[in-house]
Amino acid sequence: MKTIAHVYSIDNIDTDRIIPGKYTKTLDMSLLASHVLEDLDPEFSKKVKSGDILVAGNNFGCGSSREQAPIAIKAAGISVVVAKTFARIFYRNAINIGLPVIEVESHNIQSGDSISVDLENGIVSNHTKNETYQATKMPQQMIDILNAGGLVNYLIKHGDYV
Amino acid sequence: MNQTISEKIISQHAGKPVKAGDIAIVKVDGVMATDATSPFAIKAFRAMGGKKVWDKEKVSLVIDHASPAPNEVVANLHKLMRDFASEMAIKLYDVGEGICHQLMIENAHVRPNDLFLGADSHTPTYGAINAFGIGVGSTDLAATMLTGKTWLKVPKTIKIILNGELKKNVSAKDLILFLVKQLGAEGANYQAVEFTGETIKHMTLASRMVLANMSSEMGAKTGLVDAIGLELWYPFEAITPDKNAEYAREFNFDISSLRPQIAKPHSPENVVAIDEVLGTKIHYAFIGSCTNTRLEDLHSAAKVLKGKKLCNEVRLVIAPASKKVFNEALKDGTIEILSNAGATFITSGCGPCVGSHLGVPSDGEVVISSANRNFKGRMGNPNALVYLSSPAVVAASALAGEIVEP
Repeated sequence: MKTIAHVYSIDNIDTDRIIPGKYTKTLDMSLLASHVLEDLDPEFSKKVKSGDILVAGNNFGCGSSREQAPIAIKAAGISVVVAKTFARIFYRNAINIGLPVIEVESHNIQSGDSISVDLENGIVSNHTKNETYQATKMPQQMIDILNAGGLVNYLIKHGDYV
Repeated sequence: MNQTISEKIISQHAGKPVKAGDIAIVKVDGVMATDATSPFAIKAFRAMGGKKVWDKEKVSLVIDHASPAPNEVVANLHKLMRDFASEMAIKLYDVGEGICHQLMIENAHVRPNDLFLGADSHTPTYGAINAFGIGVGSTDLAATMLTGKTWLKVPKTIKIILNGELKKNVSAKDLILFLVKQLGAEGANYQAVEFTGETIKHMTLASRMVLANMSSEMGAKTGLVDAIGLELWYPFEAITPDKNAEYAREFNFDISSLRPQIAKPHSPENVVAIDEVLGTKIHYAFIGSCTNTRLEDLHSAAKVLKGKKLCNEVRLVIAPASKKVFNEALKDGTIEILSNAGATFITSGCGPCVGSHLGVPSDGEVVISSANRNFKGRMGNPNALVYLSSPAVVAASALAGEIVEP
């Protein structure tokens, strides 16, 4: 994956800013995608191209358990979210729906940089600046779920938690 | 092995002793999902090949987030839930029966020592009765509906020791707002919190639920309240941590001089003593949410509003925690007092807390609310300003038209 970064380096971007509660009562992915992050940046859904990367600060996705938050981000075309830290439910939900998320404590990524992510080895590369950043290692259980493409496929494959 | 409450409960459910940092596959005692999370959970359950739930006695669905349905899209999602519940022969709480977390405790779907998954971020509320309640998303919930299990990382625990007696007009809500400020919105991320100390001993179940409930505002995986002094209507065995259990951090607070606390827009960690915001003009007052709209909360509002009339420019909306709470308040005259003062009652459920319906503020309006979150846009309008407080402060401010002390 080598794609363009969209950076919002503030902390505590909550699930209401990712997808407001008023839009969550739906199963329509394109509706979710069209409102993603609109209270943070009304232009966001128009700027994103398929495969792009979202970069945020600490505690990204705090608040609600709504899985619509990672679903909306994924449906908008984002291929991976890089944050300093994630709120725990968001982190888990993202993995479960097959949206890769990776924690990088220290980096120098700016909007427009070309980024690639190696999830298995926990390395984020910035091709614009010629730098690499070390990510926090994910528990094996999560890598297994992500590799299966999410929890639905994991359970279809294994029939149970293994 | 010296264990925290979390380590004890998870060990029992993993069938082997575990410690913080371990990854465990655990048996789950019950699950719950709402109309905000059930539709995706049902979709994921079907996609997993689910034909029946692992135990029909242990799965509940609750229609509380947008209830009654505000439009045809939501109405159809509610129908999807009713059809699923009927097909699976599981319990469904329909429109008006109450807020999911209130119903789970009130009807003993969750009991002390249980490990319970809720597809709602305020599931840590069950820590009030010594249960390990974890908030999850729809797909995790679907997986547990199918298997009766989940996987988790055993959390480290933060111990919060509270001593001293709360002053008059200072409640569990003020205490938890103060603690959210002290620890921060991310202060307990990936960790469990244990609340203990003398202050807890005399707390009602409702007040304990307030503490446990808003531990999620610190990012906690769960918030366990010491069962010392806890009274339930059925026999139970309290779980106590071992004397030498290991804690990630320990906090000690003497809360005897705590003032009423207010969270300013747009974060529950943006907390100040009420003195800093006294006189802030308000337009809309809300008593509701899984945090603060139980009988003792309605009583504290009625105490303030008895025989008085709301300020002309202010509307007060109340969504009782459950039909049971409403009926009790009806019987003891509380509803009449509040209604005579000018309060409007809406369906028992999440109401305007989640911004779906039943009272969205307009641009520039200032709201004082007994709920748990004031994120930008939380109540349905990013251009409104939401302040969080105890129900008593909400009631007093609704009378005065500005933030005041009861």
